[in-house]
Amino acid sequence: MSAFSAIGEQREPDEDEFTPGIEPQPTWCPGCGDFAVNNALKKAMADLGKNPDEVLLCTGIGCSGKLNSYFESYGFHTIHGRSLPVARAAKLANPGVEVVAAGGDGDGYGIGGNHFMHTARENHDMTYIVFNNEIFGLTKGQTSPTSPKGHKSKTQPSGSAKDPVRPLSLSLASGASYVARTAAVNPNQAAEILAEAIEHDGFAHVDFLTQCPTWNKDARQYVPYTDVQDSDEYDFDVTNRQEAGEMMYEVESKLYEGEVLTGRFYRDSERPSYGEEKRSTGEMPGEPLAERYFDEDAEWERSADSLIEKHT
Amino acid sequence: MTDDQLIWRIAGGSGDGIDSTSRNFAKALMRSGLDVFTHRHYPSRIRGGHTYVEVRAAEGEVRSRGDGYNVLLALGDSFARNPQEEAYYGNEELKPLYENFDDLHEGGIIVYDSGLIDEEQVEEVGLHEKAEENDWHVYPVDLRAIAKEHGREVMRNNAGIGVLSTLLDFDTAYYEEIISGVFDEEIAEANHDVIADGAAKAEEFDEHPDFSMPTADEPEETQALVSGSDAIAYGALDAGCRFIAGYPMTPWTDVFTIMSQTLPKFGGISEQVEDEIAAASLAIGASHTGVKAMSGSSGGGFALMSEPLGLAEMTETPLVLIEAMRAGPSTGMPTKPEQADLEHVLYTSQGDSARVVMAPGNHRECYEQIRTAFEVAYDYQIPTVLIYDQKLQGELRNIDASFFDRDPDPDPGSVLDEAAIEEAAEYHAEKFKRFRYDGEEGVSPRTVPGQKGGRFLATGNEHNEAGHISEDPTDRTLQMDRRLGKFEHIREELDAEGNQTHYGPDEAEYGVMTWGSQQDTVFEAVDRLDEAGHSVKALGVSDMMPYPVAEVSEFLESVEECVVVEMNATGQFRGLTQKETGRFGPKLSSLLKYDGNPFEPAEVVEGFESSVNGEELGETNMKYVPAAGD
Repeated sequence: MSAFSAIGEQREPDEDEFTPGIEPQPTWCPGCGDFAVNNALKKAMADLGKNPDEVLLCTGIGCSGKLNSYFESYGFHTIHGRSLPVARAAKLANPGVEVVAAGGDGDGYGIGGNHFMHTARENHDMTYIVFNNEIFGLTKGQTSPTSPKGHKSKTQPSGSAKDPVRPLSLSLASGASYVARTAAVNPNQAAEILAEAIEHDGFAHVDFLTQCPTWNKDARQYVPYTDVQDSDEYDFDVTNRQEAGEMMYEVESKLYEGEVLTGRFYRDSERPSYGEEKRSTGEMPGEPLAERYFDEDAEWERSADSLIEKHT
Repeated sequence: MTDDQLIWRIAGGSGDGIDSTSRNFAKALMRSGLDVFTHRHYPSRIRGGHTYVEVRAAEGEVRSRGDGYNVLLALGDSFARNPQEEAYYGNEELKPLYENFDDLHEGGIIVYDSGLIDEEQVEEVGLHEKAEENDWHVYPVDLRAIAKEHGREVMRNNAGIGVLSTLLDFDTAYYEEIISGVFDEEIAEANHDVIADGAAKAEEFDEHPDFSMPTADEPEETQALVSGSDAIAYGALDAGCRFIAGYPMTPWTDVFTIMSQTLPKFGGISEQVEDEIAAASLAIGASHTGVKAMSGSSGGGFALMSEPLGLAEMTETPLVLIEAMRAGPSTGMPTKPEQADLEHVLYTSQGDSARVVMAPGNHRECYEQIRTAFEVAYDYQIPTVLIYDQKLQGELRNIDASFFDRDPDPDPGSVLDEAAIEEAAEYHAEKFKRFRYDGEEGVSPRTVPGQKGGRFLATGNEHNEAGHISEDPTDRTLQMDRRLGKFEHIREELDAEGNQTHYGPDEAEYGVMTWGSQQDTVFEAVDRLDEAGHSVKALGVSDMMPYPVAEVSEFLESVEECVVVEMNATGQFRGLTQKETGRFGPKLSSLLKYDGNPFEPAEVVEGFESSVNGEELGETNMKYVPAAGD
């Protein structure tokens, strides 16, 4: 019998369950795109019949990190840029846990960029939501890795001389097996994409455009947006790496020309997740490792039985 | 020469098989009943560069490297740069022969490979004059030719073993038995032939040294030849650790490698990741999810772990880290030992430190203290760091194989199961209170993801009882006091473990204190000092945080003066002792060494005697720093 009875329990969808009693009202600024992420995530989890006790939400630092306070589940509000390494180890320790990581564009594409690349490469079965508002919000409006070239801020007074990061292309090149972009202004699409991402057996990266009405007033509100899957103008195969890559490049370029393109851009359902890969090479136990510590009958190997002889 | 001990050096270049030969040789001597202890000296290079391993062997306990050496098997560096030309870095091919001449005892023995080192070169370094001055016995043998006759050139090390078996009059049966176990039949056979030819070749010398290999009865108990890394890895496995994450760095890589090779067989998981920030963060993630997990690194990599370490402190996530010190600062000397990361490990990361730090003094302590580290970390929900160094990591020593015959300890510590969560449901009515103010001994039991009714928020921000972010001054003070209050109870538990090692007479005029890998070298020196008529006792301290204030104070009160021996330039452990006890400044002097080579027992003797007699140290890389107010 599992020591973790919340995992995989059949239940009726109930969005309210994911609203915490302690902080039901988020403190984000009025009009902030972050509300939409919280709402979409709650809806996706409820639609999938998840139990808050089987979900681990790991966040980084920034306005996005507050998500943990306003979303009811097991939570780990980590440090700046490090939500992914904490999250992926949790998935390895207990693959039954539904692991979601979330952070801002500075957190994920800047300070945590190395972890982003490697977590995508490893294709852990988890979801990664990046609140992309093209600005540092909580530190009051500095230029971020996704701020457009020429963006002026207190720390870039003459305008940023850097081209912004291309998050979708970076994700694809790194090895993510599901890549999508949605926007706060599109709640239905956002909830659908998040549900797909959670259900996807591999690393699912969702670049979530979240407008910042306080520090990025000049920026678009990400309207109007186009869902590339609903548009006749765009025709590409999301399972074709090359076509996906070309589409992403166009989507990223157009964002800075004022056109907001959203939707699913890449999906590889064939590629085994990292856990499957590791199990297939015998480097990960078939049963969740965490279970063993709660099983009184578990057998524990000792160094004396198999390791000492070669030293004698 | 009348030594009753062998201090044998095999010297060559990296890639010449120095490490494996010395390991096999040490194991053969161990099987014959001798006690053995090795010391490795090698450069940060893949191929070439003077490398040597010392094997010290005697009947009865050998617990430290010795003083110098009495037998040298100089292979020469077959991977040397510009072997025949004068270069900035000298003639590398020859270095294994001459670089440590000064340490060879009077009457010592040199066997060198004349197939690589020719007579002209030997003249160049003045071997013959020096041999005459010091009564050395020199035996040039073309080991290369012997090796090539039967197989590959790298087998010349075994030709050397053969030569020495004749000169030192020892039976190669134990050694050959080990060779047979390591190689397949054909290669083993070739090596046996090489050994036999080497032995026969040595018969051609008219004069044999009057020194022979010490002998002993076969051991009553089966012995195991282990390194500090082996002991740490096996202790962690027996403590129920089944998850490790890391990034390679010398000298920590050793433990990481052993664990990575063993964990899959033990049903565990090892992850090599993108950097040390990730490594420590993964260990935190696995531990948070209910698994006993560890990570580790050496100085530079551990620096990257500073922030996750603080996260573990704040979120009270059990975590075991190990820090294998090498000479710093920065990249420093990657393959050389030093004990200069103590302050780094104690205080790195922002805010008031809330971690346990232990420094094992030898192989047995490595095994025992890593087990204690897991117990403390998981019971008290606190990061625990085991700090050791390149010396302890790589040196081999024999201990009773039965030492490892212990029960495993998979207890995940202060964590609730679902039944216990349900029982406490009323208390946790609103939300599970993961960080209760009133936790017993400061510990509030935790839950893990997937358990019904246990969900909570772990955050690096200050937080209230339910884990939600809070900057309320009263809550802040209560939480800080509870987290730091654990130390009092941990101190009691560590006192019960008896991690500090007292050595020498109960009453003595002088004290010597040390920590970590220098412990057993210092103890050997204390024996010699007491035999020479001094009145000295020693204390090897392992608990760095929480510091054993009472035990150390009692020791220091009982002596007139105390020399603190450590391998760093600023006397970090002496400073810690003064800070933690708040006194004894006028009693504590320092004997320091930071040249990349660990103390020899004779150096500690010399340093002690100079300090007591108020004399300057002779020509040495050691430094003596007198007590404050002296």
